Amino acid sequence: MITAGIDMGSKYVKVVILKDGTVLSKAMAATGFEPAEAAAACFKRAVQDSGIDRSSIEHITSTGAGRKAAPNINSDITDVGAAAKGVTHLLEGVRTVIDVGAEEGRGIKIEANGKVVDFAVNEKCAAGAGAFAEAMARALEVSLDEFGKLSLKSEKTIPMNAQCAVFAESEVVSLVHAKTPKHDIARAVHDAIASRIVSMVRRVGINKEVALVGGVSYNCGFVDSLGRALETEVKIPENPEYVGALGAALAAGERIK
Amino acid sequence: MVENKQEFWRWKEYNWHDESLDPKGAEIISAGVDVGSVSSQAVVMVDGKLYAFSNMRTGSDSPDSARKAMSWALENTDLKLEDIHYTVGTGYGRVNVPFADRAITEIACHARGGNMMYGPTVRTILDMGGQDCKAIHCDEKGKVTNFLMNDKCAAGTGRGMEVFADLLAVPIEEVGELSLDVDEEPPPVSSTCVVFAKSEASSLLRDGWSKKRVLAAYCSAMAHRIVSLLDRIGVEKDFAITGGIAKNSGVVARLEKELGLIALKSNYDTQIAGALGAALFARALIEKQRKKVSQ
Amino acid sequence: MKANYGYLDGSGEYFITIDTDLCLKCSDHGCVGACPVGMFEIIVDDYDDEVAAIKEAHRKKLKYDCAPCKPISDRPPLPCVAACTPGAVTHSW
Repeated sequence: MITAGIDMGSKYVKVVILKDGTVLSKAMAATGFEPAEAAAACFKRAVQDSGIDRSSIEHITSTGAGRKAAPNINSDITDVGAAAKGVTHLLEGVRTVIDVGAEEGRGIKIEANGKVVDFAVNEKCAAGAGAFAEAMARALEVSLDEFGKLSLKSEKTIPMNAQCAVFAESEVVSLVHAKTPKHDIARAVHDAIASRIVSMVRRVGINKEVALVGGVSYNCGFVDSLGRALETEVKIPENPEYVGALGAALAAGERIK
Repeated sequence: MVENKQEFWRWKEYNWHDESLDPKGAEIISAGVDVGSVSSQAVVMVDGKLYAFSNMRTGSDSPDSARKAMSWALENTDLKLEDIHYTVGTGYGRVNVPFADRAITEIACHARGGNMMYGPTVRTILDMGGQDCKAIHCDEKGKVTNFLMNDKCAAGTGRGMEVFADLLAVPIEEVGELSLDVDEEPPPVSSTCVVFAKSEASSLLRDGWSKKRVLAAYCSAMAHRIVSLLDRIGVEKDFAITGGIAKNSGVVARLEKELGLIALKSNYDTQIAGALGAALFARALIEKQRKKVSQ
Repeated sequence: MKANYGYLDGSGEYFITIDTDLCLKCSDHGCVGACPVGMFEIIVDDYDDEVAAIKEAHRKKLKYDCAPCKPISDRPPLPCVAACTPGAVTHSW
């Protein structure tokens, strides 16, 4: 049985092609200003890499913020559902899923079989997701990757007053003028995002094992801050940014029956 | 190589004083200093009449900004700081006005100032500041009966508008007029977040939207957002707007349309409402003090 | 006077309203001790009344700071609202 999942994220489109529970191929592209086009191109690439024929894909399910705009799909599933299915497929014993993307952050409580019990979402505010880290990295004039690494060098926690990405940018500029070391600022930013995410996750309850998925998992600074804020170890699956698309592809398989 | 980048968000700073008024021999010379996160104003009143004021960008140091605002207001007048009988500090930096006799919140000061600027019929004052948005209900004496302040989120604040002026390379003072020069009102951009609205605007520009149309979409979103805030405490007539964005005709027109109300206009500069209210509080406080002493 | 502390942002509206006219009638200030995060304090306001208020540090983070008392499932009555004898405290969410 061959299925495909398309995760229409606000920043990146991710595609996974699945055969009998094994990933055949995956592809990612920037969503840009034309999400449907980006998705179509990304899908084509994934099909090419998979070695199978487009026509053998039995069901395509989309997920993500732009899931309704995905081209040629058979069904769609919520981000929460997709993340839960994806994580359960990849890791054992997970009961709490933290999914942080560019524009949304989610805390999901799941059962052993991946069924969603509760969820809390932080949406429509850049301060609760990856967009915040990006904006601050820009304000410090470093790449996002460097920004994460810088944060690990700090041993201090300095307070950040601003709760908004726009105001925080001004605050970062003032801190820089006041000669605050960049690594301390980086850590403060990651601590702030982590603390916001953890507050939301607490609403569903923090039960081990805790898994982190979504593109922001690659930010080592954020992962470090998150671990400290949760006071527990966080498991990150391989290719965390594809978990949503994987979950959608798995959902597609269930819908064929 | 240093780029010569025009700062589109920079609005004009200025000071003023009433040449026809002679402060010598006045009973009470009171002052109010409003140190906001974006702008600072100092107001000097002579026996309850507006005598001088200044309006400038707040610097990185609050006490310094307070001192600068005050000396600028007093520039070219015959007054010195020592001549002032009582000063009230307000705004985000109110505890940092070194020469203030008392600090009072900007909510109370805006209500008081609004009451003087718009008259005793004003019941709802909307203040759109640099980094905050306030909705205030007051009574005929300018006392606060209900208030709400949003300083967490940039949407609906001056900073949000500055981000857009900068993105579109339009001087902020021209935004209002330009936004009204559209044939048809476009759908608003995301009113929920400036960061997301900015991405949307970039995409619209790519789609061929004119700058005016994008400005119209943003002013519309801002008005919409402000109405959501106002709805929380309700809008009772008469309605007035203070703060920097009151000078943005594009936002004001759309607000009035959505509320179905015309905002009262004033001859006073809308940005001095807080400092004006503070100066009025200062006058009342020194009067009270003097009465106590004489008893 | 109704003092609304909090904010509205893209994700929603988060306000704790303290009705100071009701608040004035209280003497035990139960809210201060009831809040697990300690966000209530007693202040003298601009009109020289002694009333409860939300500490400045918390006003812009209410959604996050109040989250421990607002789990998704099985939400118990809010401690601050329960402790306020004159009924001056209300939450908007």
